[in-house]
Amino acid sequence: MSPILLATILAIFTTMALALWRALKGPTVYDTIVAVNAFGTKTVLLIALITLFTGNHDLIDVALVYALINFIAVIAVLKLIDRHDLAAAEDLADD
Amino acid sequence: MRYFIALATVLALLWLGLSGVYKPLILILGAASVALVVWITERMEVLGAEHDPGTLSWRLPVYWTWLIGEIILANLMVARAVINPKRIKPSVIKVPATTRTRVGLVTYGNSITLTPGTITTELTDGSGEIQAHALLDEAVDGLRNGDMLKRVQWLEGPNQ
Amino acid sequence: MIDIVIHVLSAGLLLTGAAFALVGGVGLVRFPDLYTRLHAGGITDTIAPLLIIAGLILQAGVSILTIKLLLILLFLLFTTPTASHATVRAAIAAGIKPQGSEDPTKERASSNT
Repeated sequence: MSPILLATILAIFTTMALALWRALKGPTVYDTIVAVNAFGTKTVLLIALITLFTGNHDLIDVALVYALINFIAVIAVLKLIDRHDLAAAEDLADD
Repeated sequence: MRYFIALATVLALLWLGLSGVYKPLILILGAASVALVVWITERMEVLGAEHDPGTLSWRLPVYWTWLIGEIILANLMVARAVINPKRIKPSVIKVPATTRTRVGLVTYGNSITLTPGTITTELTDGSGEIQAHALLDEAVDGLRNGDMLKRVQWLEGPNQ
Repeated sequence: MIDIVIHVLSAGLLLTGAAFALVGGVGLVRFPDLYTRLHAGGITDTIAPLLIIAGLILQAGVSILTIKLLLILLFLLFTTPTASHATVRAAIAAGIKPQGSEDPTKERASSNT
């Protein structure tokens, strides 16, 4: 089975490279965020694939935590760009 | 009280599923962490307002199965557009969103975003409308025929 | 016999998922503006995890690993639409106009006739 897993891992790496290209190219900061979000999802899948590839089953917890952190990171970065302040309150920003 | 029992049960099951080590000390630590989370949730006063466990009915798995089918079909559509980018025709449309509950509205908005080809761009409580960005004409038609809205309304269940 | 069937099925799911991920990545590079790129990102965020994790679950068998893989899939399917929606909201608030946003009703009328 491992040749199949290896092929999948290589395809995921290629996708990550494409996403990284878009993240570096821009042109707006939101394009970068879309690309980084896709990159993060691919990272989770990559860790899950490596877990079965190496047979070290404890690694799956890393993927589980990364799936949650990736979401929070995207939301935090969006808020930082929008408000220039992570502690900004919701109703203040609409003015 | 019903909410607390439901939350504690879900958390306990989650902990048991994630742990894999069932020794007395570890189990006590698990029970303590469940109690801590329930206590924090009670202090935050978020429980019961939106997290209604009553919406978790047998209808949910049926809806998810249908949604996964939709996701696969929509993905094939968008994948064809990637291979031939001349096909894409972006547009912004408004579709009716008359759901009974706020959870239903959010479920509808999230389901629209989850199927590639359509993304919810605006969702306001009480307006009865959702603004969405669509990539292809087929996606516009799929959204306009209101099939997904009917499923979400069915998911919400009959009026209590 | 059943082993071979499961292996072939799992390989099929994994490779199809990998192919969809690649298509999504190419879409991220090829599509013309931000909002269309979000749709391409949607491919890599929905069907690629679905197929790849389904393939991995078939290999893992019934164990605690399966529960964790299912939880990862659940988290991804719940969080990615929220992240996409937040990105769209932020981009609109920043004044980036989507293509084809002029008058959607006029467009529909012309396509009907």
